[in-house]
Amino acid sequence: MKFNNIKLIAIAVLISLTAYNCSDDDAPTGPTGPNFTGTYVQQDQMGRPAVNTVFVSSGSKDMFNTTIPSQQNAAYQAMFQTNLEALSPAYNTPTDANALGLTSAQFSGFLATDVLNVSLDGTTTFYDGTNVLTGRTLADDVITVELLLIFGGEDFSENPAFSDDHVDANDKPFLASFPYLASPW
Amino acid sequence: MKKSKIYLGIAIVAIAGFFTIAADHIDAPAVQGGTNDITDFYAFQGQNSNNLVFVANVQGLLSPTATAGAAFDENTMIEFNIDTTGDNVEDLVIQATARDGKMYFFGPAAPNQTGLNSTFLTGVTPNSVDITAYGSSAVVATNAGMSFFAGPRDDPFFFDFAQYSAIIGGTASGFNNPGSDTFAGSNVMSVVVEVPKSMIGGTGTINTWVESKRKQ
Repeated sequence: MKFNNIKLIAIAVLISLTAYNCSDDDAPTGPTGPNFTGTYVQQDQMGRPAVNTVFVSSGSKDMFNTTIPSQQNAAYQAMFQTNLEALSPAYNTPTDANALGLTSAQFSGFLATDVLNVSLDGTTTFYDGTNVLTGRTLADDVITVELLLIFGGEDFSENPAFSDDHVDANDKPFLASFPYLASPW
Repeated sequence: MKKSKIYLGIAIVAIAGFFTIAADHIDAPAVQGGTNDITDFYAFQGQNSNNLVFVANVQGLLSPTATAGAAFDENTMIEFNIDTTGDNVEDLVIQATARDGKMYFFGPAAPNQTGLNSTFLTGVTPNSVDITAYGSSAVVATNAGMSFFAGPRDDPFFFDFAQYSAIIGGTASGFNNPGSDTFAGSNVMSVVVEVPKSMIGGTGTINTWVESKRKQ
């Protein structure tokens, strides 16, 4: 092959590359940003702690995670009541109630809609001895509160072996300011 | 109450859900152990009492050695849902998703549509924060009274799950005192956002929950 032909081919390749690059540059102007398009489909959801874990029967847990809260009461109240009564002897009779004054039917009806109720007007806590279900802070001992409401009966005195796990605080102190959670181990 | 009846009741529920644990950690087969598994949700008044803080944790039970390699899934949307009208349908959402080392936040604003399928809010400029690397100080971004964080944190949840399992399994007759925190020394991937209460209803009570959603 003659040197001139090689040069011609090189020029042709160069032109084609340049032309390709030019047309490529013409379409989007500026740098390409992140892509946020598309539809995202629900996998998991959570309102109050431990609800799906404790009250939803095996085999229904994925379905509970993909049932919107406004439809959860109709779909799950009966299951919650059955499981609550099976779990806790504090609800032996229909008139048995917990410290909130809720019977098994009422308590399960409350829990089946798995949202966290949060006050915008002051103290936010799952339970601090005074305020009840006005939010959830990092330090709230939510498991003991739930065990007391499940096992503790009308005055928190029933079934003491089951109504407190005696782990009352986190293993690392929380921060007073944003982002509040402790640094990782 | 006879103990035998207590055990019977517990055994029935044990059959119903033995391997599901904790706040929401590995709560259901489809999500357990995956990048979409929500472990916990918190909502509380901020250090500035005019603000409310939302925390969503995913990917629980990370050991310290596993934490450096943990990452947010870029195909996941973490969506905070806020019902301001008492019907348990979201009126406002805050959407978060990771892209190339940053966590992007949309809202709070009315969703494009409510329910199980979501698209990112359009017509808004998302806020963003660099995802904090394991071992680094927390990186915080602020804008318009809002604060943003994303990265590994200590799991704030505490529970003697081991003893709970023993009770459910019929090998223990109650909790120990003191108990032992099964989640001690483990980490989670956290998304924290603090917003002025005026952006989410201002006053009264809201109903709120968090969802993880996967891109189709």
